Amino acid sequence: MDASEPLLKVEGLSKKFPGVLALSSVDLEAGAGEVHGITGENGAGKSTLIKTLTGAFAPDSGTIRFDGKVYDALTPRKAMQIGIACIYQELNLIPHLTVAENIFLGREIYKNRTLGLLDRKAMNARAGEVLSGLGLAIRPDAKTGSLGVGHQQMVEICRAVCANAKLIIMDEPTSSLSEKEAEDLFRIIAEVKARGVTVLFISHRLDEVKMNCDRVTVMRDGQTVAHFAMADSSVDEIIRLMVGRNIQNKYPKVKAPLGDVLLSVEGLGRKGVLKDISFELRAGEVLGFAGLVGAGRTEMARTIVGADPMDHGVIRVAGKEVTIREPLDSINAGIAFLTENRKEQGLILIQSVAFNSTMVKMNKYARFGYLSPKRIDDVAEATSRELRLKTTGMDMMVGKLSGGNQQKVVIAKWLLSKARIFIFDEPTRGIDVGAKVEVYKLINNLVAEGAGVIIICSEMDEVMGMSDRILVMHEGQITAELKQEDATQEKIMFAASGVGFTS
Amino acid sequence: MSKIDAVGLPMDTAKKAKSPAVTGQLYRLGVLLSLLLLCCVMSVLSSRFLTMDNLMNVASQAAVSAIVSIGMFLSILTAGIDLSVGSILALSTMTMGVASARWGFGPTLSIAVCLGAGAGLGFVNGILLTKLHLPHPFISTLGMQKMARGIALFITAAAPISMFPDEIQFLGNNSVGTIPVSFLLVAVLYVLMYLFLTRTATGRHIYAVGGNKEAARLSGIKVNGILNLVYTISGFTAALAGLVLAGRVNAVYPLAGLDYETDAIAAVIIGGASFFGGVGSIGNTIIGVLLIAVLRNGLNLLNVDSAFQTFAIGAVIIVAVAVDVLRQKILKSGR
Repeated sequence: MDASEPLLKVEGLSKKFPGVLALSSVDLEAGAGEVHGITGENGAGKSTLIKTLTGAFAPDSGTIRFDGKVYDALTPRKAMQIGIACIYQELNLIPHLTVAENIFLGREIYKNRTLGLLDRKAMNARAGEVLSGLGLAIRPDAKTGSLGVGHQQMVEICRAVCANAKLIIMDEPTSSLSEKEAEDLFRIIAEVKARGVTVLFISHRLDEVKMNCDRVTVMRDGQTVAHFAMADSSVDEIIRLMVGRNIQNKYPKVKAPLGDVLLSVEGLGRKGVLKDISFELRAGEVLGFAGLVGAGRTEMARTIVGADPMDHGVIRVAGKEVTIREPLDSINAGIAFLTENRKEQGLILIQSVAFNSTMVKMNKYARFGYLSPKRIDDVAEATSRELRLKTTGMDMMVGKLSGGNQQKVVIAKWLLSKARIFIFDEPTRGIDVGAKVEVYKLINNLVAEGAGVIIICSEMDEVMGMSDRILVMHEGQITAELKQEDATQEKIMFAASGVGFTS
Repeated sequence: MSKIDAVGLPMDTAKKAKSPAVTGQLYRLGVLLSLLLLCCVMSVLSSRFLTMDNLMNVASQAAVSAIVSIGMFLSILTAGIDLSVGSILALSTMTMGVASARWGFGPTLSIAVCLGAGAGLGFVNGILLTKLHLPHPFISTLGMQKMARGIALFITAAAPISMFPDEIQFLGNNSVGTIPVSFLLVAVLYVLMYLFLTRTATGRHIYAVGGNKEAARLSGIKVNGILNLVYTISGFTAALAGLVLAGRVNAVYPLAGLDYETDAIAAVIIGGASFFGGVGSIGNTIIGVLLIAVLRNGLNLLNVDSAFQTFAIGAVIIVAVAVDVLRQKILKSGR
């Protein structure tokens, strides 16, 4: 291979699915030992591009040049053979097997091949070498399932390194990692890079892309719109290229006038999960709940809306005490709960937009018990129009919508429930930049009209940018209360870790 | 259908993206054509098939299964199943028999006892699931299947009861002109169930519970109430079917309804309902019922061994579902 030729060169790659042009003449170049970022909104074509590289499917046209050879199409087997590895968000490890076993899965070292006897000692030794070579304190004989998510991801990387991968593709690698684990990951990436391995780093988190990548490719609507060295650009520029327009003011927070107390929670507790949660939410207020994963914020929300039982506590809505034993009670009290995983808990994927939008208190659309399908469609359509939902029609299957549009259906559902208190649990998870802004604007509108909004968020920026007041939770308790103007990342982090601070 | 900010997707994509609750209509065409094809084949193979007499025979024989299938459709729609319908049919009709013949209940009251018993047993099925939290209705209804059958056999020490007053026999025995009452009953029931499922909130709730139980619960739907209702209706329809049967044969007997659940499940599945719940249409279920009834009737006319009938039903189930799987694959891979 010519020394000046890049390891990976994708030229003119196109892929069409029925009705959708997923990739349109995509170009990409990455050299050996380069960390190359790929960014783009949801639906930009990143996943499709990766799938052509890993051989999940063949492109309609274009070529992939890898390691000096040219390919029209790859198969998963071929991709592995030539040295392309991919680490997905959902890890491909077998929890019951040890680290070494997972690393050598499919490429085991045998003591006696014909009898099929494995040479565990050799596998453990080799695995240990790779692990310590990357500076990881993971034992090769540890059971993979017992490791944290971050470490499991490291094992996957080791697997790729052991298989002599020349190109490691990482798809949203930090989405389920804590900050510390993410730091470890970046260190490994640097280590791997020093060994001449090329990394394709696909991420929504632009600050990470800026920090780790040498060069970046921005995709939009199935095309590559720009390639440049990271040093020559900025995050703002990348965002602009991703959406094709200037996203002014990432968090368009508009302060609304505060009204009466809408929701008052006193002494809410559930054994082992929540302890003495008390707070108030006023009309016009956005109350943010920050904290680490597992702090108990979702559990708190679920208890308030009656999805889970409470051991003790008093909940008052607009001054009146309400008994909430099941979700319908909270809905009747005017509370809306937008869950953190919309596909599992917020939507019926096989049903239509109209059905999903009108699911809450469906009987209110009925006249003398008769539910007119046209009325349902009209109601759903009006709200969809308001939210600028992109769909082929009210009868479109919700499962086929993009993440952002699915979220809009969930929002439509709760808007139609005429709630006055909205609890958003990770409202912008898994949706692209453009749709995120729309959600923020929606929250602004809600509070402007006198609703109270609780927003549970793990992205510090978001919770600081959108909330009037922030409550931080740690291990089921509220550990801090901060006004928006006083809040800093450090203070939140301290409180979220259970360490006190002087404000 | 109006479009909101249509993304410019061509119509065939729009069709493929439609909710299966909407594309059920397309499936119906396939099953309907199969039914018509089967009728054609049968009429060619046997000259007696296409006579008014025989067709009415098919209709009245299918009636019992059709009514049982209504309840089965509902339970499968909620991603559950009711294995006890045959036994509930037996126990509720036996109870009616005892009430009428031994305790001297009048006909109206006896009928009420039958239907009430069916609904009650169905309700117990529901409670076993929702209050006892048995992991799957397969378990609760399997238990009920055995228990109800046992009680039915015990009541009269396995002896049948017969010679019922005309009123009780009405549904199964009489005709309005040339059309059997049972046929009309089935038509009315299916229309009512269709309206219930598509035009009432409760009906939509049943689809919601089947589609995603947790999402339905969090949206304020009383999931337990819906499940209890579904199994109660299933028990009720089993008892109603038993009433039609009792009228036809002028007797109730403890082994009535034996294995009826199998035909009902077959009909519902051939009709395109999904075992995973949330997908299915009551209109397709009746086509499934008729398909099986025509098959049985045709094979009878041709003097085919009843063993082969059983085999044939099994084969039809597999073929019907395999064809559907193939159809989905073709749709997905895109033309």
